[in-house]
Amino acid sequence: MIGYYLDLALRSLKRNMSLTVLMILAIGFGVGASMTMVTVMHVLAKDPIPEKSKVLHYVQLDPRPLRGYVPGDEPLEQITRRDAETLVREHRADGQAIMTGGNATIVPSRANLDPFNIDARWTSTEFFTMFDVPFLKGAPWSAQDDANHNRVAVITKELAEKLFGSTDVVGFPIRVETTEMRIVGVLDTWNPIPHFFDLMTEAYGQGEQLYVPFTTSLDLSLDHNGSTNCWDSKHDDPKALDAPCEWMQMWVELDSDAKLDAYHDFLSSYWAEQVRTGHYERPVNIRLRNVTDYLDYNKVIPSDAKLGTVVALGFLIVCLVNTIGLLLTKFLRRSAEIGVRRALGASKGSIFMQLLVEAGMIGLVGGLFGLGLAALGLWAIRHGASAYGHLAHLDMAMLAATFVLAVVSSILAGLLPAWRGCQVTPALQLKSH
Amino acid sequence: MLHMKDVSKVYRTEMVETHALRDLTLEVRAGEFVAVTGPSGSGKTTFLNIAGMLEELTGGVYTLDGVDVKSLDDKARSKLRNEKIGFVFQSFNLIPDLNLFDNIDVPLRYRKMSRGERHKRIETALERVGLASRKKHFPAELSGGQQQRVAIARAIAGNPTLLLADEPTGNLDSQMAREVMQLLEELNEQGTIVVIVTHDPEIAARAQRNVHIVDGIAADVERGPALVQKDPKNPKGFANAETIA
Repeated sequence: MIGYYLDLALRSLKRNMSLTVLMILAIGFGVGASMTMVTVMHVLAKDPIPEKSKVLHYVQLDPRPLRGYVPGDEPLEQITRRDAETLVREHRADGQAIMTGGNATIVPSRANLDPFNIDARWTSTEFFTMFDVPFLKGAPWSAQDDANHNRVAVITKELAEKLFGSTDVVGFPIRVETTEMRIVGVLDTWNPIPHFFDLMTEAYGQGEQLYVPFTTSLDLSLDHNGSTNCWDSKHDDPKALDAPCEWMQMWVELDSDAKLDAYHDFLSSYWAEQVRTGHYERPVNIRLRNVTDYLDYNKVIPSDAKLGTVVALGFLIVCLVNTIGLLLTKFLRRSAEIGVRRALGASKGSIFMQLLVEAGMIGLVGGLFGLGLAALGLWAIRHGASAYGHLAHLDMAMLAATFVLAVVSSILAGLLPAWRGCQVTPALQLKSH
Repeated sequence: MLHMKDVSKVYRTEMVETHALRDLTLEVRAGEFVAVTGPSGSGKTTFLNIAGMLEELTGGVYTLDGVDVKSLDDKARSKLRNEKIGFVFQSFNLIPDLNLFDNIDVPLRYRKMSRGERHKRIETALERVGLASRKKHFPAELSGGQQQRVAIARAIAGNPTLLLADEPTGNLDSQMAREVMQLLEELNEQGTIVVIVTHDPEIAARAQRNVHIVDGIAADVERGPALVQKDPKNPKGFANAETIA
């Protein structure tokens, strides 16, 4: 019967084109606006590392003086170099990585290429394994490289191609600022969105192209990129080991609740030790948030995207209410036909299905129109001023979701009119027709 | 085939209660051609709607081909209606957007017949009413008489046992009315029970049997009061009891 209902729906839609077009426009605009914003939200809110988002934890401590302490305050956003180096050396978690953002000038060996500046990351060896960073060639540098402050680097394939015209460049030298380093690995495409491991740099940026041991970056005084917060102005160099400044991030990998508890206990002991030695003054205030919680805590999704989504979904509801009205008008104008069909053997269920199929067909066409509008909306966002604009693309999941939303919306909008339509009293219609 | 016993129909609103049928008892047997007559508002159409299961009865028992209609849900009732009953209405009630072929196809679609069977039945029905060459035409392109013939074709395509016609000639001129009546008579001769509601005494006279309804109470004109269920609260029975007796 579905084939018959589809045929009837097509005839019905052709019969009153202006009403049909109005409904398609209503569904299309509602779906288009919603899907534009839902797609943006889908990109912004997705889990950047789904396999590990529950086992990677961000470490937050609070070495600030007691002055200004308010119970219940959150600890610092980042950690000090002293804490970072001590904790990574302790090596109490399954994995631990310390890091900070940076930038550096690359001096190409090719004569036709001018020096250029790139975003970089100064980190420790386990960064790559903890975050499942894919290698195209080579491998991460070793713990020994970290310890010996070796001049080694991992670069992205884009940078490799730019510098050497090839990705097969493991062992090649790369000049960072004034220092020559040896390339040990070339990364495959990798740019988790959002840039969860360091929210002090752009959450929805293009990612870094160069990775160098943190220890090496200190030796070479490579530029730090991100936020630095010091609570004692007596120190001249915020990067000094004992500087009272937070500017580094630390992540640990703990794959069970027991390990999480154990690591928390370890940090508590560490805190007590720091209090005893006079480095810490505040009561224990540790946070070990996993990736999901950390992103929630930082409210990574831009408020304009959230507001836009709420407005777009509200607009969809308004469009649906209008569609309900239009469908109701359309179906009830066909009471005579419904009465005839009932007299000729159609059950209420058959009429209900016939009308619902018609609503669904409007949704399908409205969905196509909405898809066009969503593509247009995303294009506008990509060319707008927002930091996340470059991410606004429809993927297959969103493409499917657009159609599902359109058809489900129109079927929902069709439920009441179809129910009212199938309640038509045939006897009344047949006599009055 | 059609058996009604003490059937009543009451329309209730907040203010009034209207008794459209009162304890109506009637039996229509196989092969009969029955004309139902009566003044306007007497309950003829209500009777036809209940007979066609287009309305619920308030009280009494109605069995169609041995099936107690009141016990059926909407789906079963619709199926029974589709299989056993054909309708012909005064205003034809063809669906204007469908051509003749598709109009006749409507009841067959709900019977979930194969495409081939449906096509065969539609062609046969159209030939029977003399409109085979116009199957692609739309109702608006036909005269009133032709439209009523299409409605008859639609009613008979499903090969119903019972044909219910509500003033089928009411909107037709005398020539066309005669043609339609002739068609109904032919169908009856071929075994279809025809129950026709009419105001027209000439049409009623062509039926084998007349049932007169007044104030919701029925009497069988030709066969006398034997089939009439008198309302005990209204011992006078229907208005023209004397003429029937």
